[in-house]
Amino acid sequence: MKSKKTICFCIPAWKPKEENDQEKPDDESLSSSRRRRSKRKGEHVVSTAHNNDHGEGNTGTAHEIRQAKARWGELDEDDGDDLDFLLLPPKEVIGPNENGVKKVIEYKFNEEGKKVKITTTVRTRKVAKARLSKQAAERRSWAKFGEAVNENVGESRTLVSTEEIQLERPKAPGSSKAAKPEPLAPKNNATYIKCRYCKGEHWTSSCPHKDLFQDTEVSEVPVSDNQTPGASKTTYVPPGLRPRADKTEVRPRRDENSVRVTNLSEDTREPDLRELFLPFGEVSRVYVALDKETQVSRGFGFVNFLRREDAQKAINKLNGYGYDNLILSVEWAAPRPN
Amino acid sequence: MRPILMKGHERPLTFLKYNRDGDLLFSCAKDHTPNVWFADNGERLGTYRGHNGAVWCCDVSRDSSRLITGSADQSAKLWDVQSGQQVFTFNFDSPTRSVEFSVGDKLAVITTDPFMELTSAIHVKRIAGDPADQTAESILTLKVPQGRMKINRAVWGPLNSTIISAGEDAIIRIWDSETGKLLQENQKEEGHTKTITSLVKSPDGSHFLTGSLDKSAKLWDTRTLTLIKTYRTESPVNAVAMSPLLNHVVLGGGQDAINVTTTDHRAGKFEAKFYDKILQEEIGGVKGHFGPINALAFNPDGKSFSSGGEDGYIRLHHFDHDYFNIKI
Repeated sequence: MKSKKTICFCIPAWKPKEENDQEKPDDESLSSSRRRRSKRKGEHVVSTAHNNDHGEGNTGTAHEIRQAKARWGELDEDDGDDLDFLLLPPKEVIGPNENGVKKVIEYKFNEEGKKVKITTTVRTRKVAKARLSKQAAERRSWAKFGEAVNENVGESRTLVSTEEIQLERPKAPGSSKAAKPEPLAPKNNATYIKCRYCKGEHWTSSCPHKDLFQDTEVSEVPVSDNQTPGASKTTYVPPGLRPRADKTEVRPRRDENSVRVTNLSEDTREPDLRELFLPFGEVSRVYVALDKETQVSRGFGFVNFLRREDAQKAINKLNGYGYDNLILSVEWAAPRPN
Repeated sequence: MRPILMKGHERPLTFLKYNRDGDLLFSCAKDHTPNVWFADNGERLGTYRGHNGAVWCCDVSRDSSRLITGSADQSAKLWDVQSGQQVFTFNFDSPTRSVEFSVGDKLAVITTDPFMELTSAIHVKRIAGDPADQTAESILTLKVPQGRMKINRAVWGPLNSTIISAGEDAIIRIWDSETGKLLQENQKEEGHTKTITSLVKSPDGSHFLTGSLDKSAKLWDTRTLTLIKTYRTESPVNAVAMSPLLNHVVLGGGQDAINVTTTDHRAGKFEAKFYDKILQEEIGGVKGHFGPINALAFNPDGKSFSSGGEDGYIRLHHFDHDYFNIKI
């Protein structure tokens, strides 16, 4: 199966047509060998050596081509547009798509000196191997029998699925969940949170206050270590045993600082939420709603902060935050009916 | 890829088989009618009417002229593939479970289930070229030693010299096909621990793959019956297939009884799992079935495969280009 060929013309006395002059003999030697080569493969492609000649003389065809090719390789896009009455844009090849169709777009000057664009569409198909063997092709024309006899195309038992199904690669164990909370509690250089004032690992707003934030965290850690032996920052510490700094007031009812997070991914769990919300302040409780039978997240959860301001900050920062490919929705939780 | 859905059966699928040229796909189901489809676009060609019970297995001759089916109605039938007519019926005293033509299509091995006092047995029948000469006599009948052990699959070994059988007792046995003597059994330590549900041979017959309810599939060497590879999944394996083109094996299975609930209705989550044959690692899964997968088959050209499920659907998948470039 082949397409139309393009043939180049040689027209004398035109500067750019020096290319054409050269092209013709080159064509014969190069592309005919190319043609010969491709004939063996069963493919007919006409390609011409592009000579983007900046006005050099005829110094010998092979050399010219080599030079031109080198220069063509260094040629960048812009040049094509500027001197376009002299230069031709480079040849484009739009590679074979799934049907085996390849487009070659070349630019030439025709008889009147106008720049023309020639698009050659080539479909290559292997002739040697037919898709169906002879017997199989015969079977294609067998009459329907049994219950298929009365079937017309409309009520066919066959339909192509509307969904695109992929071969889903398995997630590497531990990679997805482990990586996500890290940016928020950054351990690497690419941190999400960067204060504009002091470049620290906290949110910018009111940076001097943020120092406080950091100090309290830092100071609380050794304190909490003493009070709750063995507890680290991410271990759950019941409110009663939690370190109480003077500036904090534990709200009597935990519902007052409750934040509802919705649009959670299926495998989000309490520890993930805790790590996500911890930078904003002490978290007294996290809860992720799980489907009882399947144990997947129902997509929402609650985070209770010790301090209302921290909860407000968390809402401000994390509402609309992208987490595990879903955009989180973070807001004040509606009061529980009693 | 866009799977082609073929709903030719009202009941769960039991077996799928491509013909040698890869242009026809035969499907057997618990409804009593095997179907034949064109394997490129899934168009149905015809149905074979005649059985009175669930059809468990089928095989097609090399020239795609004869189809043999084994059914729970205690018979195995020979059909003319093109016309759908019955050519011959082999009657037995118990449901037939597995059928296979030999290399050369002159013989067929048919297994029967244990039924009442009878034990499971393997029968070898001669297949005549001319239907008129067809007789029902068995060349060989092998009776399995113990009581209620059902043989799920029996296939011919290389050059028809042996018969390989696997069943509920999780032991693979190799029998001499001429004398009927038991030649080998697999080592118990490396073998399956629960019922072997499926068995598929490699295209050259040098190794074969067994799938079992113990949530694993094992690859065995045919000559020595030694274990080569094991593939583990999270659900019992009902069907296995081997790619003739790449080093992939596919396992299809069901759901553990304990996970079955009436409210768990995530649709389309049963998947056919692809494993690298040599590295034993999971490459990926193809979801879509609404029920456990009971049958898998690869097209002999390796570029497409089909799966049949408990939902009665056959899903025919033609692979995308990326499938052939998968690297672990």
